[in-house]
Amino acid sequence: METRLRLENVEKSYGSIKAVEDVSIEIVGGRTITLIGTNGAGKTTLLRLIAGLEERDRGNILLDGDGMNGKKLRQIATLVFQKTVMFNRSVYGNLAYGLKIRGKKDGEIRTRVDQELRAVGLKNFEKRKARKTSGGEQQRIALARAFLLDPRILLLDEPTANLDPNSTMIIEKAITSRKKGDGIIIMATHNLAQARRLADEIIHIHGGRIVEHSDPDEFFNNPRSEITRKFITGELEY
Amino acid sequence: MQDVIIQAFQKALQLILSGDSEVFNTVFRSLYVSALGTLLSCLWGIPIATAIGLHSFRGKWLIRGIFNALIGVPTVALGLLLYLLMSKQGEFGFLHLLYTLNGIAVGQSILVTPLIVSFTSNALGAADAQLRDLAKTLGASSLRVNSVIIRETIWSTVLAVIAAFNRGFGELGVAMMIGGNFFQETRVLTTSIATETTQGQFAIAMAYAIILMAIVLAIALTVNLVERLRQEERIRIRERILKRFGRKQP
Repeated sequence: METRLRLENVEKSYGSIKAVEDVSIEIVGGRTITLIGTNGAGKTTLLRLIAGLEERDRGNILLDGDGMNGKKLRQIATLVFQKTVMFNRSVYGNLAYGLKIRGKKDGEIRTRVDQELRAVGLKNFEKRKARKTSGGEQQRIALARAFLLDPRILLLDEPTANLDPNSTMIIEKAITSRKKGDGIIIMATHNLAQARRLADEIIHIHGGRIVEHSDPDEFFNNPRSEITRKFITGELEY
Repeated sequence: MQDVIIQAFQKALQLILSGDSEVFNTVFRSLYVSALGTLLSCLWGIPIATAIGLHSFRGKWLIRGIFNALIGVPTVALGLLLYLLMSKQGEFGFLHLLYTLNGIAVGQSILVTPLIVSFTSNALGAADAQLRDLAKTLGASSLRVNSVIIRETIWSTVLAVIAAFNRGFGELGVAMMIGGNFFQETRVLTTSIATETTQGQFAIAMAYAIILMAIVLAIALTVNLVERLRQEERIRIRERILKRFGRKQP
């Protein structure tokens, strides 16, 4: 049976501000979804809710029909943050952290860390202090750290924001290489061209609500929502 | 007055270079009580700080406020209170700590506990929220999240411990009230300064003061130097990143 992630009427507010409002979506395994929208549209909050890092005020999140709370979500979903965060240890220490707490043996950890570092173009970076690497390298370390855990739901919050074209290309390649099996990738991005390149489905979120959810061709050529049309053409004021 | 200061410096140098045993014993007694006092305060101060810094609970702000306020407690007032508690008729008289170096150490440990608790709990509380989220999203339990935060803020705890040591090392009230300032027994640097001054031995008092200041400054400067090296390293990293990527931003 393929993985099926369902959000039903999910809502989240911060004080009087509704960050996510009445969001209902269904995503099947093996698909890559890009979340697009203006700054403050609710993309990050939605990712954090799916990652189990925020408690929702209302609604349900179901995986294969089972209700998921924060703790359960954290076991199956991993979020790569927009602002990369590194533990104050070596690159190896950063990558090995998640595997160590899952009780993996040292030999296996070493092999898998080496493989993932190669996959993101950071061979021989194991011994470097993670915080002393560049922004692009840190983003790749963060991706490799998440990839290593092989989560059923991989969440990426603008993983190429503020990166140069070469780093962006390496990261996009790494993401594409994960598009296999039954896992779900949900990626927030501002970059419309990137959304078109990577997505199987695009979700446009505006003011905390989903205004468009379709495949890339339809999304760009025939958007149903006027807000989405204006967003694509750059006419949307916010 | 200038003569006294010049004489004091000469006397200080003379006392240090001559290897005067009482001077060195006084310095060692001071180092002993402050080190033991700081160590004791760490035993309970760091766990209390961890509980305050890493957990949310009702009235947390009040407890934090109390510890912050207690940092500035007058040492003589605390010394008097501890004197009453440690005296024969006091609740802790059975411990026979009054007029002992260990008694001064216990007093200093109580004196510096608010400092350890405040500095450490503030550092833990201010730890990057994203660091917690990172540990969580990588599958860490609450316990592991806390251990990551403690590990990442260890430097702030080290600074708190050093500040606590300096506070104990330079205080007079507790050492005087609890130690009793007995010659060759419980006399430490600060009580020596007070004693020599009251006896009109300004040069010797100044000599002790210079030694005290030199030790406190040496510790403070070492800490500042280490911290500065860390900051410079951080700046170098940031500059390297900006140089490489900053100008390429759209």
